[in-house]
Amino acid sequence: MIYRTWNGRHGYSFPDLATLLAKASPPRSGDDLAGLSAANAAERAAAQVCLAEVPLTQFLEEPLIPPEVDEVTRLILERHQPAAFQAVAGLTVGQFRDWLLRYETNGPVLAGLAPGLTPEMTAAVSKLMRQQDLILVASKVRKITRFRNTLGGPGTLAVRLQPNHPADDPRGIAASIVDGLMYGCGDAVIGINPATDSPASYHELASLMDRLITEYRIPTQSCVLAHVTTALRAMEEGAPVDLVFQSIAGTQSANSSFGITLALLKEAREAALGLGRVPAGGQVMYFETGQGSCLSAGAHHGIDQQTLEARAYAVAREFDPLLVNTVVGFIGPEYLFDGKQIIRAGLEDHFCGKLLGLPMGCDVCYTNHAEADQDDMDSLLTLLGTAGCNFIMGVPGAADVMLGYQSTSFHDSHYLRQLLGLRPAPEFAAWLETMGIMQDGLRLLPAQAGHALVAPQLQALALADGVPASAGSSFPQKAPGSETA
Amino acid sequence: MNTLSNPGNFTPQSDPWQELRALTEARIALGRTGGSVTTAEVLDFRMAHAAARDAVLTPFDPGALAQEIHHLGAPTLPVTSAALTRAHYLQRPDQGRRLSPASRAALTDFALGQPPVDLVIIVADGLSTQALSQVPPLLAVLWPALQEAGWSVAPVVVASQGRVALQDEIGEILRARLSLMLLGERPGLDSADSLGAYFTWAPRVGRTDAERNCLSNIRAAGLPPDAAAARLMDLLTRARRLELSGTALKDETPAPVLPTPKE
Repeated sequence: MIYRTWNGRHGYSFPDLATLLAKASPPRSGDDLAGLSAANAAERAAAQVCLAEVPLTQFLEEPLIPPEVDEVTRLILERHQPAAFQAVAGLTVGQFRDWLLRYETNGPVLAGLAPGLTPEMTAAVSKLMRQQDLILVASKVRKITRFRNTLGGPGTLAVRLQPNHPADDPRGIAASIVDGLMYGCGDAVIGINPATDSPASYHELASLMDRLITEYRIPTQSCVLAHVTTALRAMEEGAPVDLVFQSIAGTQSANSSFGITLALLKEAREAALGLGRVPAGGQVMYFETGQGSCLSAGAHHGIDQQTLEARAYAVAREFDPLLVNTVVGFIGPEYLFDGKQIIRAGLEDHFCGKLLGLPMGCDVCYTNHAEADQDDMDSLLTLLGTAGCNFIMGVPGAADVMLGYQSTSFHDSHYLRQLLGLRPAPEFAAWLETMGIMQDGLRLLPAQAGHALVAPQLQALALADGVPASAGSSFPQKAPGSETA
Repeated sequence: MNTLSNPGNFTPQSDPWQELRALTEARIALGRTGGSVTTAEVLDFRMAHAAARDAVLTPFDPGALAQEIHHLGAPTLPVTSAALTRAHYLQRPDQGRRLSPASRAALTDFALGQPPVDLVIIVADGLSTQALSQVPPLLAVLWPALQEAGWSVAPVVVASQGRVALQDEIGEILRARLSLMLLGERPGLDSADSLGAYFTWAPRVGRTDAERNCLSNIRAAGLPPDAAAARLMDLLTRARRLELSGTALKDETPAPVLPTPKE
């Protein structure tokens, strides 16, 4: 179908829905790189005017990628629930924006609508929205998930503790974990990006975190962010796996370049549930996404990167995840050039994910070759806090020494807690109180060297004096005085 | 003491686990003021980020690097990629992988009448001009080792605004059996001077990264340049003997695990 509009001086036409969506996208370098962006600001505005007139039903009639060649498209169409869609079935994209902003459109209404929306509908409406619209509508939606704690409740903000080490050294990783816990972080997950994707390394790191969580009775969960096939093998070999991780994207061919299919994700989820570590009704999957991943894999099918990102959420939704994390600035300036583009993308991703019913978090981040700095991250962090983002990253000092990029720090979470009165997951907040780390979920208490989490680390270091860190074994066993936990 | 009545005695809360910093380069035990980072840490971070930004944005001086390479006894050839400005380079990785038309013509002219070679070494700015300080000490070991082992080596190509895959077109034009690209890696916050080395058997436009081998984190605090040269000599020798590169060629030198290579 051809889409046409007239702005009083020029006529514009767009040959299909994918082109219209791309030309209506707010500017970003990845769409320029793909040759999909509007030629100029007037064409972009005209495309947005044209997109506002498109009925939502058109997204069901005109799939962006033919279902015959793409299992993500098939998944989107098969899972669409017409009964849930009924509330907005008669609306255009522009009317849908107005409807979302009504006082009457509250959290329960949006939760009921989610199964009736396709990713393309959420992407389309986001392109018409200002940042305040993306924030306000997302803030109406709460998505609560559970493992050893309850994430996503009103008034909460969780943190993924990210204790990476360039050589996967267990003692170096344990030092960063202790640092994060002493700063009250780690309720979303303690999640390690391993430097090497091997079953042996996976097993070692999962065991390290399992011992820690068990010994100190920490109400949280662990994850090694290795490939799903590595997790499957580790589970077969008896590794203590809480969450299964995978990077996912919005097309079958991009997922194929990641070495995954929907069937493989299903197999991994069933294996993790089968371990019986999660309480009944809880969630076991952790997904990461990011605009630009399809183009980077040469698998974008002429679709803009923001729409493709929303399609990745259809994949996530199928597997009832505990956490979905858009790693917004990691990919680099050829996809999101500067702070402005990164901020807009982070808010779009959070909005689309929440509208589709996902427990969205965001890795508020940038690389050193992007036109961005800590001030830009502060802006996005603050905006996401007001939008009700489920979780953020906690990286020591905001600098990841394995992945070589900057994210948010443990301290950043305390900035947001103080500013907006946001507390950790309730079970985790209670644990922090018991451990004498944090008061009322908002304020850090003075730390002592004799603290049950710290003392065994310092003792182990003193014993191993002169021994290189890589020769160390793992997290020390039973800590004196840890009974209080 | 009441810090409100005596602000001169105020000190931020320090973390009593600073000894653990011996276990990791991560920025742990930073201390805090309220829940926020202290002034000292804010400024330390800013210094590190400034160094990383400058590493990306400082203009490359190919003439100065060529001079240093000449002092090692190696001839050079200057080229530029199709990405003519730094902003262009950062946003269009595809153009950093191809030669500018002028450089393609010049290199093609040079290749006329030249015999095929075993190896061409390309030195490029990549994402850190600061990393190029590792190149002279690396070539000071590698270049004589290649001469001694009887390799035929093309002049060192000094490339501006180059990406890893630029070696494919250069290697193809110069009819090199192997190409080796040395270029600045994406700078981390505390590792702005890290050099990467990527080599390819039978370089041709369109080679994939799976068909290359990589040594990364070449810098004094990582893999020192002279040690990197020794490992490269070993790897290149085996690549030439086996006539392949990429995932089929394993680095058998015992070494610590290196981070994921990055451009």
